[in-house]
Amino acid sequence: MITTSEILETIEMISQQHLDIRTVTMGISLRGCGHPELKTCCDKIYDTVTKRAENLVRTGEDIEREFGIPIVNKRISVTPIAIACECCETEDYAEFARTLDRAAAETGVNFIGGFSALVQKGFTGGDRRLIRAIPEALCTTRRVCSSVNVGSTRAGINMDAVALMGRIVKETADLSQGQGCAKLVVFCNAVEDNPFMAGAFHGVGEPECVINVGVSGPGVVHSALKRCAGRPLNEAAEVIKKTAFRVTRMGELVAQEASRRLGVPFGIVDLSLAPTPAVGDSVADILEELGLESVGAPGTTAALALLNDAVKKGGVMASSNVGGLSGAFIPVSEDAGMIRAAAAGKLTIEKLEAMTCVCSVGLDMIALPGDTPAETVAAIIADEAAIGMINQKTTAVRVIPVPGKGVGDFVDFGGLLGRAPVMAVNPASPAAFIGRGGRIPAPVNSLKN
Amino acid sequence: MKAIVTVIGKDTVGIIAHVCAVLAQNGVNVLDISQTVMREYFTMIMLVDTAGCRVDFAALADILKKDGAERGLDIRIQREDIFEAMHRI
Repeated sequence: MITTSEILETIEMISQQHLDIRTVTMGISLRGCGHPELKTCCDKIYDTVTKRAENLVRTGEDIEREFGIPIVNKRISVTPIAIACECCETEDYAEFARTLDRAAAETGVNFIGGFSALVQKGFTGGDRRLIRAIPEALCTTRRVCSSVNVGSTRAGINMDAVALMGRIVKETADLSQGQGCAKLVVFCNAVEDNPFMAGAFHGVGEPECVINVGVSGPGVVHSALKRCAGRPLNEAAEVIKKTAFRVTRMGELVAQEASRRLGVPFGIVDLSLAPTPAVGDSVADILEELGLESVGAPGTTAALALLNDAVKKGGVMASSNVGGLSGAFIPVSEDAGMIRAAAAGKLTIEKLEAMTCVCSVGLDMIALPGDTPAETVAAIIADEAAIGMINQKTTAVRVIPVPGKGVGDFVDFGGLLGRAPVMAVNPASPAAFIGRGGRIPAPVNSLKN
Repeated sequence: MKAIVTVIGKDTVGIIAHVCAVLAQNGVNVLDISQTVMREYFTMIMLVDTAGCRVDFAALADILKKDGAERGLDIRIQREDIFEAMHRI
């Protein structure tokens, strides 16, 4: 029999420490939806998504009520549209995004990911058409998320794609006052089973349909650490590990239950610590609890390395189906502690870049001055991709150059996307470097210093 | 199906009797009860069996929540599995 204190501990985690299932994401293959005619292709996509996911939201809500654990988001990821729709003879790829948007609205999910292309080695015709359509797609839809993979450890970095994405990010920002960029991620080493937005897509190695679950719980880890204040760091790591174990077990239970009820195979539990703008649900707070005056101070990278590794160790013990991104997220606008540090000038883009060397996933939800040149955005993408390529990990860039805003101004993205101070970017120009194009060759995998 | 009912709130006369009556009206069998008063707060944990419950689980959860709110109590019902998963290997 479970003890009273264990029951009360769980209830306290849920009611006071923001413990929740961050997302139940259904991955749906659209590989059977290709057709030369645009309308037929769109109809097949709409029918496939709405049929497969018709019970997703209701099932999620049922599980929420029976287990008494909030499931914050129900979402869908689909096969990268550049692959699924390559055979369609159209230039109007934004129409596919609008179709996905309608299907998402019909099923009741809040985001659908997969308006994506994988171009780490080079472009196909479909890849180019899709990337050109990204600004229009993101500005004429509400729920569609887009991602482009520009590099990998095996292929190197496609610098033509990097330069192009610098321009696409700028164009999307200009068309949408920056808001569209919150739904656009540029990856290196993108994973195929990520349940988190905006970067989720259903990889080509995945089954027809699958359920992936993302857990969360920065507030729970923070509260647990308060109980070992001042103790040596190995003891803190042990506390984080045990907490991550509990959180993940809950995620595994929900994933198994959702998979059983929907009759869809269970894919993975993603162990990421995902913050929200709510007070007490912050990764920055955890780092500060470990002894830093502010996130961004010297020591931040080391503290984050400890946190990220301990979360993985606890999670791997709790579930035999761990995947996705599985690391601590450090989105600036979605984390009250990061916002505070960035606004006070204690957290810079350069420090955030260093932090991404030891955690997933990258420079995330960072507002940049509106006059940041496209080449500089591209170069920021290239730097992040290089970190991912060399370290054999996923890295990503989701930055928002906000038209008309300068350093220190605040931008509001609404809801879970939060608000962010515009951060300073190094003014020295990388234009000639980005202008060279070509590829950065794949790295050697020995001689690791 | 086994579930855990937790009742937390300010201590008043007759809480146990009242919650048990609501459960009985809905065909829920109480298997075990532990209760304590910590400072002035009443905390009760019940293990119940919902196999004979006359309403679905979500409706029962709503009934308990509303009933509790009227008396200043936080009443939750959750499937037992979640506690097992979190606290037992």
